[in-house]
Amino acid sequence: MAQPGIREVLLNPIFNNNPIGLQILGICSALAVTSNLKTALVMSIALTLVTGFSNLFISMIRSQIPSSIRMIVQMVIIASLVIVVDQVLKAFAYSLSKQLSVFVGLIITNCIVMGRAEAFAMQNPPVLSFFDGIGNGLGYSAMLIALGFIRELFGAGKLMGYEILPVINDGGWYLPNGMLLLPPSAFFLIGLFIWGLRAWKKEQVEKPAFKMAPQVSNKEAY
Amino acid sequence: MEHYVSLFVRAVFVENMALAFFLGMCTFIAISKKVETAIGLGIAVIVVQTITVPANNLIYAYLLKPGALAWAGLPEVDLSFLGLLSYIGVIAAIVQILEMLLDKYVPALYNALGVFLPLITVNCAIMGGTLFMVERDYNLAESTVYGVGSGLSWALAIALLAGIREKLKYSDVPEGLQGLGITFITIGLMSLGFMSFSGVQL
Repeated sequence: MAQPGIREVLLNPIFNNNPIGLQILGICSALAVTSNLKTALVMSIALTLVTGFSNLFISMIRSQIPSSIRMIVQMVIIASLVIVVDQVLKAFAYSLSKQLSVFVGLIITNCIVMGRAEAFAMQNPPVLSFFDGIGNGLGYSAMLIALGFIRELFGAGKLMGYEILPVINDGGWYLPNGMLLLPPSAFFLIGLFIWGLRAWKKEQVEKPAFKMAPQVSNKEAY
Repeated sequence: MEHYVSLFVRAVFVENMALAFFLGMCTFIAISKKVETAIGLGIAVIVVQTITVPANNLIYAYLLKPGALAWAGLPEVDLSFLGLLSYIGVIAAIVQILEMLLDKYVPALYNALGVFLPLITVNCAIMGGTLFMVERDYNLAESTVYGVGSGLSWALAIALLAGIREKLKYSDVPEGLQGLGITFITIGLMSLGFMSFSGVQL
């Protein structure tokens, strides 16, 4: 198998093989933090760093890990990295870490981190794995930031807490759509995003499980 | 007693793990194509959740909480930063032990759950239940009730989704929305339905 280059590894996950849009990974903790752009940004940065470095470290010791306990080793590395992120957030951005509540801790069980460690870092050299981690993190971030942008802008008329569309309650003209701040809207938006992505990249469309038979000809019908 | 009933109802309906907090979404979407497997996985989650949340509660209360090591003569020690690492360790260990015990003593149940048990270690709903327990400072009794309730909420949601998806595969969905896309929209509608519980107070 030809070694993929750094550029491919970094850019592929963003559109061609988006972790959320195609691999169904890491949707878990993602959606709850996207009701405003700031938490979405922080979460994206945290996840990208954790994925990148966990891939790097796991790949560095990949030939030393006995395969029977590799899950536990991966888990410990990931959990330690997440603890670092959690402590840094608590020290420097306490109110943000309160807003993110349990979702920083849930990066541990985020399937992207575990999935990339298992699928990529166990077979590839450290530097390449690092960029694969960062690339997948960016693919996830792209989705998260897009969601956060739409939800905060149209749900509250703000971006990062600054007013963009003046809302009616404050004497402006924009009537915010409160629905966008509630959980269900995140599902609808992701569904629509996937639709858009697949309309653009046709090869990602899934085959239907059952297909309707083509119209029977007139002769058979009589 | 009333307090516990209210906690339970809130955990099952109002704060539904899958539909209000998006936890365990990966498995929620991947394993919801058939009702039978979905129910199997749901039961496994209830069992594991019921055991791990109280177990982690004990660990938090007697080992990790600031001042929790007073019984060992170390009242100033605060180990709460080790929380994430210990919870995930406990969850992995309990799942492993449960798997071995079931294999030895209840082979029928083991065969029914077999494939799903290892999957549960990385299910965010389990980890999320524990983290919510820590954040909200539940005591042992409360965390047991919360464990059962949150496990049940997840099982309920996945069984419902599987039911809908089994019917849905006969319908004519637009091309790009096929599969994953329409599943998300379905979950969105379900989550909208569950929001009607949000005013319920006992």
